[in-house]
Amino acid sequence: MSATMKRRDVVKTLLAERGDLLVVTGLGSATWDAAAAGDHVLTFPMWGAMGNAAMVGLGLALARPERRVLVLTGDGEMLMGIGSLATIAVQKPANLAIVVIDNEHFGETGMQKTHTAHGMDMAAVAKGCGIADSHVVRSAAELPALVKATRTARGPYFAQVKVVAEKLALTLPPRDGGLLKARFRRALLGESADTQ
Amino acid sequence: MSATASVDWSLAVHRTLKDAGVKIVGYVPDGGHKRLIELCHADAGMQTVVMTTEEEGIGLISGAWLGGEKSALLMQSSGVGNIINCLGMVAECRFPLVMLITMRGEYGEFNPWQVPMGQATQSVLEDMGVVVQRADAPEAIESAVNAALRLAYNSYCAVAVLIGQRVIGIKSFQEQVNQ
Repeated sequence: MSATMKRRDVVKTLLAERGDLLVVTGLGSATWDAAAAGDHVLTFPMWGAMGNAAMVGLGLALARPERRVLVLTGDGEMLMGIGSLATIAVQKPANLAIVVIDNEHFGETGMQKTHTAHGMDMAAVAKGCGIADSHVVRSAAELPALVKATRTARGPYFAQVKVVAEKLALTLPPRDGGLLKARFRRALLGESADTQ
Repeated sequence: MSATASVDWSLAVHRTLKDAGVKIVGYVPDGGHKRLIELCHADAGMQTVVMTTEEEGIGLISGAWLGGEKSALLMQSSGVGNIINCLGMVAECRFPLVMLITMRGEYGEFNPWQVPMGQATQSVLEDMGVVVQRADAPEAIESAVNAALRLAYNSYCAVAVLIGQRVIGIKSFQEQVNQ
């Protein structure tokens, strides 16, 4: 079944009316998608450390259990850190949702097919790791339920959202890592974060 | 290795982590960290995270600091090879990082496959901007960890404490099996 949804629409929908949601985005297209939806101080956009987005989300979720955390990443990035799904399942963070925007291709390097293009069922892997609330999302009709789950589901929650493989104009967030860290911490923790 | 010596430094390091306010500890196990891992797991005030690979720990500590919490990572020297690219994020973002690394591939190593990474551990870390402090006697470990925590969290540095194989003292395959 070929995908019909467009990634920028999905991410824009996921980040609309985000309230006090904390967001981590993985290298690379998910980071550009989130920037296209609007740069935000409570988004930590990763420009490197491929494979580590879900674990940054876990660390944040454990540190701030009272806040909802959403990791937005791509299939290639998630594949590189696929073991972290097992690690997250062990910790059972109730406030963590991971949404993989799955275009079945490595979008930054020449659109080579990823493993999901060859039939890998990432939601089944997540479920097998112990994240029971894991789903494949294929249609726009399912998006409202997806958005709701990222805000309210008892985590960990995992969704693999099938989207069209398309090359899009880059929309870039700031890339200075020190700035991205400092502005996120200040927005989350207040000015006292600057002198922690 | 005497069990008593192991218990002593592990207890002291656990207390040092507590006193510094470390709330999250990530690890891929090593025999040398066995006692410390057990102490962390038994501590209700610590979230102790078993990982599938050391690389996950870099994301863990980064996210924890974004959320305002202190953390530490426990790993074996072989695991250092698994974190190199992600140390780039630590450097670029200046995330405080404390790693307690038990050494293999050096003092009396019996497994030749451990030697290349063990011998490269310190220089590879230094190449990636990590401050390396060695502790080659049980009584030196607590103060080294204390200093590492201060350096990391007061000066926003990445710091590794290398706990020498002389301290851990694995001498043979059979001793590893019996550990």
